[in-house]
Amino acid sequence: IKVYLKRGSAYSSGYGCNRGCVNLIAVLMGFALQVYHAACNGELYSRPFIESFEETPMLVAVLTYMGYGILTIFGYLRDFMREWKIEKCHIAREREEQKDFVPLYQDFENFYTRNLYMRIRDSWNRPICSVPGATFDLVERSSNDYNWTFEYPGRVVKDVINLGSYNYLGFAENTGACATAAGEVTVKFGVGMASTRQEMGNLDRHEELEKLVASFLGVESAMAFGMGFATNSMNIPALAGKGCLILSDELNHASLVLGARLSGSTIRVFKHNNMQSLERLLRDAIVHGQPRTHRPWKKILILVEGIYSMEGSIIRLPEVIALKKKYKAYLYLDEAHSIGALGPYGRGVVEYFGLDSKDVDVMMGTFTKSFGAAGGYIAGRKDLIDYLLTHSHSAIYATSMPLPVVEQIITSMKCIMGKDGTTIGRSRIQRLAENTVYFRRRLREMGFIIYGNNDSPVVPMMLYMPAKIGAFGREMLKRNIGVVVVGFPATPIIESRARFCISAAHTKEMLDRALDVISEVGDLLQLKYSRHKVLPSLDRPFDETTYEENKE
Amino acid sequence: FELLFHSRDSVKMAAGQQWVLVEMVQAFYEAPAYHLILEGILILWIIRLLFSKTYKLQERSDLTEKEKEELIEEWQPEPLVPLVSKDHPSLNYDVVTGPPSHRIIVNGKECINFASFNFLGLLDSERVKLKALSSLKKYGVGTCGPRGFYGTFDVHLELEERLAKFMRTEEAIIYSYGFATIASAIPAYSKRGDIVFVDEAACFSIQKGLQASRSFVKYFKHNDMEDLERLLKEQEIEDQKNPRKARVIRRFIVVEGLYINTADICPLPELVKLKYKYKVRIFLEESMSFGVLGEHGRGVTEHFGVNIDDIDLISANMENALASIGGFCCGRSFVIDHQRLSGQGYCFSASLPPMLASAAIEALNIMEEDPGIFRVLQDKCKHMHKALQGTPGLKTVGEPLTPALHLQLENSTGSRTNDLKLLRAIVDYSLDRQIALTLARYLDKEERFLPPPSIRVVVTVEQTQEEMEKAAQCIREAAVKILK
Repeated sequence: IKVYLKRGSAYSSGYGCNRGCVNLIAVLMGFALQVYHAACNGELYSRPFIESFEETPMLVAVLTYMGYGILTIFGYLRDFMREWKIEKCHIAREREEQKDFVPLYQDFENFYTRNLYMRIRDSWNRPICSVPGATFDLVERSSNDYNWTFEYPGRVVKDVINLGSYNYLGFAENTGACATAAGEVTVKFGVGMASTRQEMGNLDRHEELEKLVASFLGVESAMAFGMGFATNSMNIPALAGKGCLILSDELNHASLVLGARLSGSTIRVFKHNNMQSLERLLRDAIVHGQPRTHRPWKKILILVEGIYSMEGSIIRLPEVIALKKKYKAYLYLDEAHSIGALGPYGRGVVEYFGLDSKDVDVMMGTFTKSFGAAGGYIAGRKDLIDYLLTHSHSAIYATSMPLPVVEQIITSMKCIMGKDGTTIGRSRIQRLAENTVYFRRRLREMGFIIYGNNDSPVVPMMLYMPAKIGAFGREMLKRNIGVVVVGFPATPIIESRARFCISAAHTKEMLDRALDVISEVGDLLQLKYSRHKVLPSLDRPFDETTYEENKE
Repeated sequence: FELLFHSRDSVKMAAGQQWVLVEMVQAFYEAPAYHLILEGILILWIIRLLFSKTYKLQERSDLTEKEKEELIEEWQPEPLVPLVSKDHPSLNYDVVTGPPSHRIIVNGKECINFASFNFLGLLDSERVKLKALSSLKKYGVGTCGPRGFYGTFDVHLELEERLAKFMRTEEAIIYSYGFATIASAIPAYSKRGDIVFVDEAACFSIQKGLQASRSFVKYFKHNDMEDLERLLKEQEIEDQKNPRKARVIRRFIVVEGLYINTADICPLPELVKLKYKYKVRIFLEESMSFGVLGEHGRGVTEHFGVNIDDIDLISANMENALASIGGFCCGRSFVIDHQRLSGQGYCFSASLPPMLASAAIEALNIMEEDPGIFRVLQDKCKHMHKALQGTPGLKTVGEPLTPALHLQLENSTGSRTNDLKLLRAIVDYSLDRQIALTLARYLDKEERFLPPPSIRVVVTVEQTQEEMEKAAQCIREAAVKILK
């Protein structure tokens, strides 16, 4: 019951929780605070699927809410003082000439930005001035007016360990094969394209890249786009439209949400990685058809991601594929974070689970992360890609990919595939997997609450309290470690967290140094919330009858 | 820090409710007793409804499990995508080998490029290439993160500062993709319930931005200020009916400086007059006019001598005149800064590769050092416009100052497919004679107002007088031969 009360409050904050299944079992079995990892339908999995989301301790939850309460009260107080000109107001003002226009922003709309975000704004947008590799150099930045404006004294903080960039395979490099190849192309071709794919911007190198992507993923055909975000938002509208149903995971990235919205389809959201929720929506959709008219849906498209970048969870792909086949839906898999980072050959979540890429209708991914480049791709059957070639918004209206970027992808992908005749790619993939398991295990042993899958290189570590968001980021930077901290609204209000992205470029020494510092800062800020340092080693499939009833 | 406020709609409601509350209390004192009793009963009824067992409408159906299974078994979805026929006009792209510069190899034939938007020829600039190369050697290619999470590089800040300075505005913000710039900027300000007045010829990324904003969109006839004023007046009358609501409805005019679809310049001075008369904000898309119009290439504001502060937001891409990748918005900090937390394409996307930012900076350097380049371009545009006049069967669409003209059929065959085939034949004829042209491509079913089929003719500073004459001559020959 205790757990339920707590969860209830999480629901009411507007962010459904995916851990219902774990919850109910916990309550039923009477040991509410142990760590659980869920693997319903265990027989579908070829490997242990260990994913944990430890409950927020009650006291921490209460303190966190109190923290927000205090911040809100002070926010109102200071807004009041600004109103009466007691406190100096730093906010940019509307021009005098336009004072009588309808206000561009509602006055208290930016309450959160003004009174909460501004206090800890120095934790984000930190400018760097080197390769975002295993370590980077930061431009020193200071503020004399509590983060309203920044100054750059012109100094550089050298050799900060980088736990923030999505450089999973360490291909963010300024030397080596990739940089050399990209450099040669820059000199020969320049950086611009000045036209779209369908007009005068289709180079043979683009087509070569697409062939390579298709062979890497083991599919018939592929197409590349200049921006990862736009790959989703500009192609989903080509795949679904009016009369179609899109089932979207509640934690899907903004680009998927935007793409779904632009498509004009009906959108329904299922709980994060919750297969019962997904199956219920699928059944209801087919049985009841479209709202009001009850016409059957034209098609149903399921949108999921391989690794969720804020939770560190891995999609339950075997179950999703089973459901998709059972209900004849189509599957759109966004591998932004998982391509390169999962699977023995870096081919992503499909390979990780030992599945067949033909079972995924639309394979989408980005080149920004593991390949150290930019852009995204969509891969699948030839008829799908032919259709996109003629109907993708991106191919017709957006400037095509710059060639140095294309070259970086081709070279890094060939390296991952071993086509360059070396084992560099292979060893980096192994290295990443080892680093991930090691880093996660050590953090857990230290007593931090770590979210997500054991094999996910995205490692969220819970901070909970708003004051600790800024404090953790600053204390880590003082000790020369760059981390990402995230709070509301990117996470549920009480689940603020730090996020580490593990890279193959990290050496054991770097990780050890980082871990020591995290432990030190963790003691300082009292972040070692976990009550269970060791995960049970065996993966226990759940009994079918104990699924949570999905009341809506 | 991926902050986004989706709650503006509810906030707006709350602002309205404050008024309602005051009035409710007043009404409470004045209301007769039977009225209060009735309200009391209603409130009790609502409470009962809240606590009674809820059910979904759908679940009231009396289907048995077996029937459900049958329905699921029977349902056959449409294929994910319809089959594309092998001879679809846009399935087989023209293939460029080698750099897409002034001399370009299209489908194996070496041509002079009259198709890429490389207006200032900066794509081939050695200076830009070397700057990009040195940047590559310092930063690598990718940024491996969004701006918030260590994806901000010192060159990004420098480029933003330089763009703001070049445009003489307070602040600039860069995006990593040209298309995403205005498409993200519009929904950052305009929300559900707001009103946007848009020119019918607005480009596709504006249309997508409007769709994402879920605002109320009113289209006015292309460059027709009377039509716009008619809509604004209509709205004024509407506002008078409900002044309280009118106080919270934001309104915007979204126009392009130089329309990519029609090659026309917008009447900016008239728009500014209307802006102050009806208190509407102006968003200006300058992808085609930035680095083209005006004495210093500052675009349509400079062209007309309009104070840039009168425009609320200017957006442009860096993919045409600047010959790099990405886009930017500029204006007053009061407006622009909001996008750093609300521009979707800014917050949620990996940042621009630093070498591309460096290339853009170097391109800006060249533009600042040699403002004569804009004069050269404008003269060439005029020349080309003149040379193309009187091509039999084809009409030249666009103003003399525009570097990307459209050639449309004088007499349509009545079918879009056939028109496109004719124009494609002209393009192919020219390709065989070393003139690279392209058809203007659109998504026929997605465009709000589909422009007529056309051939694009792009003028750049690298084209010589003779090359332009040759191109015009070649097009004329093709037209005579193919259109008869």
